[in-house]
Amino acid sequence: MRTDLNLIRDWIAAGSRVLDLGCGDGTLLESLARDKQVRGYGLEIDPLQIERCVARGVSVLEQNLDRGLGNFADASFDTVVMTQALQTLRYPHHAVEEMLRVGKQCIITFPNFGHWQARLQLAFGGRMPVSKRLPYEWYDTPNIHFCTFRDFEVLCRENGWHILRRQVVSATWPGRLLKDWMPNLFGETAIYHLARSADLSLD
Amino acid sequence: MSNPNSPLDSATGKAVTAEPGSVGIVVPQRARFSEPLALACGRTLEDYELVYETYGALNASKSNAILICHALSGNHHAAGYHSESDRRPGWWDHYIGPGKPIDTDRFFVVSLNNLGGCDGSTGPASADPRTGKPWGPDFPSLRVRDWVNSQARLADLLGIGQWAAVIGGSLGGMQVMRWALMYPHRLRHAVVIASAMKLTAQNIAFNETARQAITSDPDFCDGRYLEQGTLPRKGLALARMIGHITYLSDDVMGQKFGRELRRGDFHKGDEVEFQIQSYLRYQGENFSGRFDPNTYILMTKALDYFDLARDFGDDPVAAFRNAQCRFLVVSFTTDWRFAPERSRELVDALVHANVPVSYAEIESDMGHDAFLLPNARYERLFASYMKGVAD
Repeated sequence: MRTDLNLIRDWIAAGSRVLDLGCGDGTLLESLARDKQVRGYGLEIDPLQIERCVARGVSVLEQNLDRGLGNFADASFDTVVMTQALQTLRYPHHAVEEMLRVGKQCIITFPNFGHWQARLQLAFGGRMPVSKRLPYEWYDTPNIHFCTFRDFEVLCRENGWHILRRQVVSATWPGRLLKDWMPNLFGETAIYHLARSADLSLD
Repeated sequence: MSNPNSPLDSATGKAVTAEPGSVGIVVPQRARFSEPLALACGRTLEDYELVYETYGALNASKSNAILICHALSGNHHAAGYHSESDRRPGWWDHYIGPGKPIDTDRFFVVSLNNLGGCDGSTGPASADPRTGKPWGPDFPSLRVRDWVNSQARLADLLGIGQWAAVIGGSLGGMQVMRWALMYPHRLRHAVVIASAMKLTAQNIAFNETARQAITSDPDFCDGRYLEQGTLPRKGLALARMIGHITYLSDDVMGQKFGRELRRGDFHKGDEVEFQIQSYLRYQGENFSGRFDPNTYILMTKALDYFDLARDFGDDPVAAFRNAQCRFLVVSFTTDWRFAPERSRELVDALVHANVPVSYAEIESDMGHDAFLLPNARYERLFASYMKGVAD
């Protein structure tokens, strides 16, 4: 399982109710159901991924995130998760707002566009960054709203969303060593745990 | 809800038993039930028969049984052929058979003709035991729940305590939902395809127009046409034509027929006939030769009256809190008779009730008929889900 998914799994309480936005092949929900008795649903639009979810017994609903979460009631889930999909959405800020309405808390991961390799490519190559993790050209990328960790934290502050915790991941050298020192330069992916109010304790 | 004889259907009459993926020759069976069945309308059927087919083998633990619920004009003959010379297979042959989504190498599949039908089960064309004459319009009106009760008795007879899955499209999907509420412990999976928790006003309007077409035919004779030796063929054909228009999408009608002429020439000033006219007439005439008009009326009324949540304070979430099974819900993009919105309402209710459900909206230009027809994505999704049912 992806590193970020492993970390997320640790952050989700056993027996809770989870909504996974852009759930992919259902790996996270399947492991949560198996190991932590978590009940939940995934939302996905890719037919192939939907089949994979269905084949492994994960409850998946075909739903486009850009159409919002209007069909889900307030606070109807303990945790709403979105991994590596924020940057593909038309209105990422509305999506987070909706996640915090539907879920008591939410967990969001996204790739860091402030990563040093991206900065180098743009600064010295003069071209939009393309990497192994983000292999798309500017014209065919599904990632239409890139941000850095710092950008995201500004958005959180402006909207009054509380960051309960943050974990920065980097799979490659030198990021593995330096990510905690300068996360916005060396972190590849960040996992944010958010809540609408700071009252929510992490126990 | 579609015509198994429709030229749009998947099947082509090839010969038959050796065909890979076919269940081959099947022989319908008949069961008699003499324990009275209390009906939703307040009346009781003292005695009735159900005709059914089975495909595949029941395993030792009797845990692999699947019930197929048919739609408006369907019957027990869902898969395979009745004889070597049979030109067309059963109405859902594309999805039932060895290696197909409802895999008869894994499952024991039961498909019956519903009570009130006209393909062998007791219905309006059967003899009323009190008079010896056909029931005709005196046959009790039936609701979806009556079908579910009679299907549960068939399960008892076959020794099936719990279905691995109950599966149906359209009106069949309504039976599946009712199963999940009436006998929550008797099914593990519910597959609801191109269906709705209740019909819209527009949908009821189409059904009423179809019924009026039948009842206003002078040969209808207040429903006693069998006693009178007549048959309201024109009315039934018209009813079917109306239905057919609504089962197809504008797009598929355009692609398949366009404005092509079957006969005549605009330049010569002839009377012309469009291809679509001839197609609809063929559908209507074909149907009126094989279907009982009173059954058509009975089935469309059951559709109209169905309202999943009526007994639960009109709250589908409260209704589905009774469900114990997992759901698969499928809709098709161009189906405007049972639109994807209706399926999404169903899915929302299931989610609010905390019932496990998967939902897919399949791209298709075939309208409501899509649930019967070949479609690569639908087949793969259905097969993936059914593998989970088997495990």
